[in-house]
Amino acid sequence: MPEQPARERAGNFREVTLGYTAEDAAREAARCLQCKNPPCRKGCPVEIDIKGFIGRLREGDRDGAYRVLRETNSLPAVCGRVCPQEVQCEGACVLGKKGEPVAIGRLERYVADSFAAGNGCRQSTGERACAAPREVRVACIGSGPASLTAAGYLASLGVAVTVFEALHEPGGVLVYGIPEFRLPKSVVRRELAAMGEMGVSFRTNWVGGKTITVRDLLDEGYAAVFIGVGAGLPRFMDIPGENLIGVYSANEYLTRVNLGRAAFPGYDTPVCRGARVAVLGGGNVAMDAARTALRLGAKAVTVVYRRTKGEMPARREELNHALEEGVRLELLANPLRYNGDESRRLTGMTLERQRLGAPDASGRRSPEPTGETFELPVDTAIIAIGTRPNPILLESTPELRLGKRGYIEVDPASGETALPRVYAGGDIVTGAATVISAMGAGRRAARAIARKFLGEDAVTA
Amino acid sequence: MPVRILKKKELIPGQTVLLVLDAPQIARKSRPGNFVILRVDETGERVPLTIADRDAEAGTITLVFLVVGKTTAHLATLGEGQDILDVCGPLGKPTHIEPCSSVICVGGGTGIAAMHHIAKGHVAAGNKVAVIIGARNRELLLFREELAAFCHEVLVATDDGSLGHKGLVTEVLKARLEADKCVSEVVAVGPVPMMEAVAKVTRPFGVKTTVSLNAIMVDGIGMCGACRCTVEGKTRFACVEGPEFDGHQVDFQELKMRLGQFRPEEKDCFDKFRCRS
Repeated sequence: MPEQPARERAGNFREVTLGYTAEDAAREAARCLQCKNPPCRKGCPVEIDIKGFIGRLREGDRDGAYRVLRETNSLPAVCGRVCPQEVQCEGACVLGKKGEPVAIGRLERYVADSFAAGNGCRQSTGERACAAPREVRVACIGSGPASLTAAGYLASLGVAVTVFEALHEPGGVLVYGIPEFRLPKSVVRRELAAMGEMGVSFRTNWVGGKTITVRDLLDEGYAAVFIGVGAGLPRFMDIPGENLIGVYSANEYLTRVNLGRAAFPGYDTPVCRGARVAVLGGGNVAMDAARTALRLGAKAVTVVYRRTKGEMPARREELNHALEEGVRLELLANPLRYNGDESRRLTGMTLERQRLGAPDASGRRSPEPTGETFELPVDTAIIAIGTRPNPILLESTPELRLGKRGYIEVDPASGETALPRVYAGGDIVTGAATVISAMGAGRRAARAIARKFLGEDAVTA
Repeated sequence: MPVRILKKKELIPGQTVLLVLDAPQIARKSRPGNFVILRVDETGERVPLTIADRDAEAGTITLVFLVVGKTTAHLATLGEGQDILDVCGPLGKPTHIEPCSSVICVGGGTGIAAMHHIAKGHVAAGNKVAVIIGARNRELLLFREELAAFCHEVLVATDDGSLGHKGLVTEVLKARLEADKCVSEVVAVGPVPMMEAVAKVTRPFGVKTTVSLNAIMVDGIGMCGACRCTVEGKTRFACVEGPEFDGHQVDFQELKMRLGQFRPEEKDCFDKFRCRS
């Protein structure tokens, strides 16, 4: 797929990958074998009829292809961009055994983008959108991928869905977390507008557990409540100097830039524009933070990771994009402390060299300290080592049962919590994971809600 | 959803403003010690402001703020009938109110407004409440009459001696603690140096001391950690674990430094705003 050249794009926030032309898409779709028993669909957490949508595309029926996508996926333009297709649909593609799998994600993006470009308001999808309105009301708390998927599914069955979002813009991680150059906010707004046309209503600045509680919603007559509030609190390492000025969580850094538009002219939200930046962690969030720092004008951006490149949880595509743009890696290194000056501003970090030991529970080889230390001079450090559960909603809903790690326990098939009529899905159940796995959970819960409150007949897909 | 300003009053001309907002859901849920995060307009910054009062029946909340930078200056230009784009709350843990206690609430400057709500909560719980308020001169003493209406005692300190004790609130507090051995808790809300000084004064008396930390925040819901403070040697998030903490355990030095981290950016933003208006 065409991309902005690395040197050019590292200086702007425009989208890195440029998307397929109609010719590119036709050529790629023609490669699909249209398998009798397509394994790709099983690889998709929301079970998109991949063969079906590519089949329509091969026939030149782009609108039909879009309808197939929307049958199971409320956010195709988002998923086409941020899903780890290599370990899902494309990872299962038969062609991938010997050569390149069909670029399913790129085709999904092409179909969603070109449909939106050509149809504007008709985007609000297939026939089921015209389902007669029903009396049943459902509330979704949080407006990230899990909630949006649950909302979209239920709205398509005629359920009146209200989504409560704590921040001033709906979208959750799609808005505050994933940067513009990877997922343009206009794409997210378009998908949200399509959901609005399906009858989903959004209330921003409503904090679940503060402005309104789960109990309030049930008392107000919502038949069911879906909790999709995300994983929440950033983890820190609890090492000396972590509260120095210039040390950020990735959540703070990215929220300032993505939600607060800190880098954009005319916006008030400040952000530290460091010259020498270290990012701690090896996941997608670390890559997003590192590439954002480059775009804010950093001279040197180093990703510090305690294992090696092979163990990095980031998608290869994200890692490669970061490296092409000039991000450097400091592997097998772990911070011991942050060092600051007399005004408590960060001046550098002391790191300890690691070596790989035996594999841990996750199957990755664990880093072991070697005792050898070294200094890395930096004025900004961004910690991207994961999150822990946000306490706000959980504290206000003591009836929920929590697991050992503090996340909500649910019935895996339905997503129902220990509190009847209350469902949960996404990162608040699994801990930090991907957009698409959260969407899968949203869909499972929505289906269970539909079965229970609309009857078995209502559930089609 | 935008929030309408129902009433506006300049408490100190050009400096301190009181707004009454039409926010029924926040009013219903808010408790003493809670705050809101607001954003004046599309390009504005999210800033936290403590709720100074609420009227659940009327569906209103009261905010009092000092004009210190662009956001507050912009907010001060809005009048009755105009809207604030985003108001989110109530946030933070409410004040812990121990029944059957004797409490001294200390307020300095604009902090008197936030302290007012806390004192009210203590009185409502049946506690004995004395308040000590301080400012540079008598004209700058906020909420004096309101506090006098429901508190058991109102003690005043002014720098110039124009009302009450000539000097600092901490001097009044110290004298009081020496004379009155029944005080079970001191609550202080105001500028960081004042809260730090209060904690220093109360320490030898062994009186529980609660301070309300006005850390920098972005989301206000625990997502980012911008508001992290060190309390008892541990990192705490002021937005979800606070904003009230044990004043004897807070690292005030760190708080002061962190509060100043964006000073150049804030000044620049404020200067540009003043040139435009």
